[in-house]
Amino acid sequence: MTTSRSQGIAERFGRRDPDERGYFGAYGGRFVPETLVAPVDALRVAYFEAREDEGFQTALATLLERYVGRPTPVYEAARWSRHLGGARIFLKREDLAHTGAHKINNALGQALLAVRMGKRRIVAETGAGQHGVATATACALLGLECEVYMGAEDMARQALNVVRMRLLGATVTSVDSGSRTLKDAINEAMRDWVTTVEHTYYLLGSVLGPHPYPLMVREFQSIIGAEAHDQILDLVGRLPTAVVACVGGGSNALGIFDGFVDHAEVRLIGVEAGGDAIAPGHHAARFAAGTVGVLQGTRSIILQDEHGNIEPTHSVSAGLDYASVGPEHAWLRDMARAEYTWVTDAQALDAFQQVTRMEGIIPALESSHALAHAAVLAASLGREDIVLVNLSGRGDKDVEIVTQRDLGTAPAPAAGGDEG
Amino acid sequence: MSARISDVFGRLQTDGRTGLVAYVTGGDPDLARSADILRAIDRGGADVIEVGVPFSDPLADGPVIQRASERALAAGVNLTNVLELVADVRQELSAAVVLFTYANPVLRMGTAAFTARAASAGVDGVLMLDLPIEEAGPFRQAVVDAGMDPIFLVSPTTTDARLREAGVLGQGFLYGISRLGVTGARAQVASGASALVQRIRAASALPVAVGFGLSRPEHVQEIGRYADAAVVGSALVNMIAEVADTPDLIPAVERYVRWLRRDIVPGTRGDETAV
Repeated sequence: MTTSRSQGIAERFGRRDPDERGYFGAYGGRFVPETLVAPVDALRVAYFEAREDEGFQTALATLLERYVGRPTPVYEAARWSRHLGGARIFLKREDLAHTGAHKINNALGQALLAVRMGKRRIVAETGAGQHGVATATACALLGLECEVYMGAEDMARQALNVVRMRLLGATVTSVDSGSRTLKDAINEAMRDWVTTVEHTYYLLGSVLGPHPYPLMVREFQSIIGAEAHDQILDLVGRLPTAVVACVGGGSNALGIFDGFVDHAEVRLIGVEAGGDAIAPGHHAARFAAGTVGVLQGTRSIILQDEHGNIEPTHSVSAGLDYASVGPEHAWLRDMARAEYTWVTDAQALDAFQQVTRMEGIIPALESSHALAHAAVLAASLGREDIVLVNLSGRGDKDVEIVTQRDLGTAPAPAAGGDEG
Repeated sequence: MSARISDVFGRLQTDGRTGLVAYVTGGDPDLARSADILRAIDRGGADVIEVGVPFSDPLADGPVIQRASERALAAGVNLTNVLELVADVRQELSAAVVLFTYANPVLRMGTAAFTARAASAGVDGVLMLDLPIEEAGPFRQAVVDAGMDPIFLVSPTTTDARLREAGVLGQGFLYGISRLGVTGARAQVASGASALVQRIRAASALPVAVGFGLSRPEHVQEIGRYADAAVVGSALVNMIAEVADTPDLIPAVERYVRWLRRDIVPGTRGDETAV
């Protein structure tokens, strides 16, 4: 069996590092205020030591297995696939990980690193609240003080996760500046960190920010791809035609892509938030309308106006509602190793409803973007093709939004037509 | 190299006087009043004026300068406007002018276009908040080639090796961040400010301006015991916000700058002055 190989950190870490300055091609780097330069470098040194350390690897692997419940299964969405009438769709069930999303993989890794570095306080940002919940959980487990910054708009639309974080003992601080979403929460978390850096660890939730965060977060998430690679081989005896994941910052996508990136025949497809239109302020599809720029510590593709100010974004899913994207994604796109597309709010909501009704799985609205594209892709492929979707999180947090949109009680789409 | 900045610090050295660096956000509350504010700061006797470029995501700034950025952006002000603002008033100012900006607006304009326009506007130095030495290479060279000074920030967390590097790559002066944190006025001068300046002196011969948290003449005087100049930003910006819509705005700015310089007495600077 391949389980032990896929879970070995030694095989997954240090394989695809950026250059010394933290660049993936033209993207990445460390664009931070002077006060953070030394702390960010100390973090790099500590992380590079930790990932080589057997004690650290064992502690993380043990938590992932016994606390998170890994490996998460790969499940064939057979009924939905038949309804769509094309390729077979398989779901990597990160929604079944403890706390309900992939975010816990990274939060535990970094929280262990924080303890190793002697930090007693954690700050984090959160958009949809899944990273905040994962961080609050890791802090409860390890006895660390935790403060989570969250945009006021996101706190309103993801109220369930705010309650969860507070129950877990975290302080949730509302951010009222700017667009009052993820970007502004990151600004505020960085302002906290620059003030408290001597005893505080910034637990960034995606493949964003200054080096080493994009690398470190991808490596903590690479367990998804390593497991999925072996699981899909066990299930169908070959690799998938395509791997599909939603991309906000892009950590769940890089996590699953990592298991397949060396297999050139597997298409890697990232799905961004198309919002209600590809027009300024109405979406978060960086690869559709973005240009090169520097935001929050890293050079990547960003949504900005002609004067270099960051444009507001919109998505029905708080987790994808962000103006920049992980620098490694920009690099994978430049190399044509990964493709990026987008789906609208309406398409994501439709996929949400289909998978809920036909598979009995309520997906997060973020993950629903990946599902929506997978549906289009699968329908264009044949029955012999395999589409693997990273179901990055569960959708309990989104029921209010979906209900408000009057979708909660709508009849199942194409009911009965799925057997044909 | 900017003659104006080296002249300013040369004169401070000769006079044995502490310099005053005043920060305002360009275009706050709007371009017309901002031009008058720059003139008033100059009349008040600031030695260097730092003009901030409004940016949508000022992550190194505290609430006061964040709000200033928002007001300027709401008035439609962008980097191009700020450069035009400097060009408009430059001839009337005796202070040196340093542009204080986040990287993205400048990178968006393009390094070559920016340095050409900034130099022709009469900008003397450029300070990029989120462009540390390691990322500054080509941009720093372009600033130097255009005859302006690249100004680097150094902080209590900056290692000695990087202090030396900042001393080699920086021109004009080094900006010492007196405390960990974002911009914003405080009641007291940070306890570590003096130690930081000692470390900077050991690493570089460049003049040193110290900022973050200063708001009163006593602060300026205290900083003057070990540094060449003191930077006052948020306190001035806050004062502007409070009186922006009154007829007293411009006289108030001038008075405030004069007040900050109240305790600066020529010939009284300590022994630790720049070499």
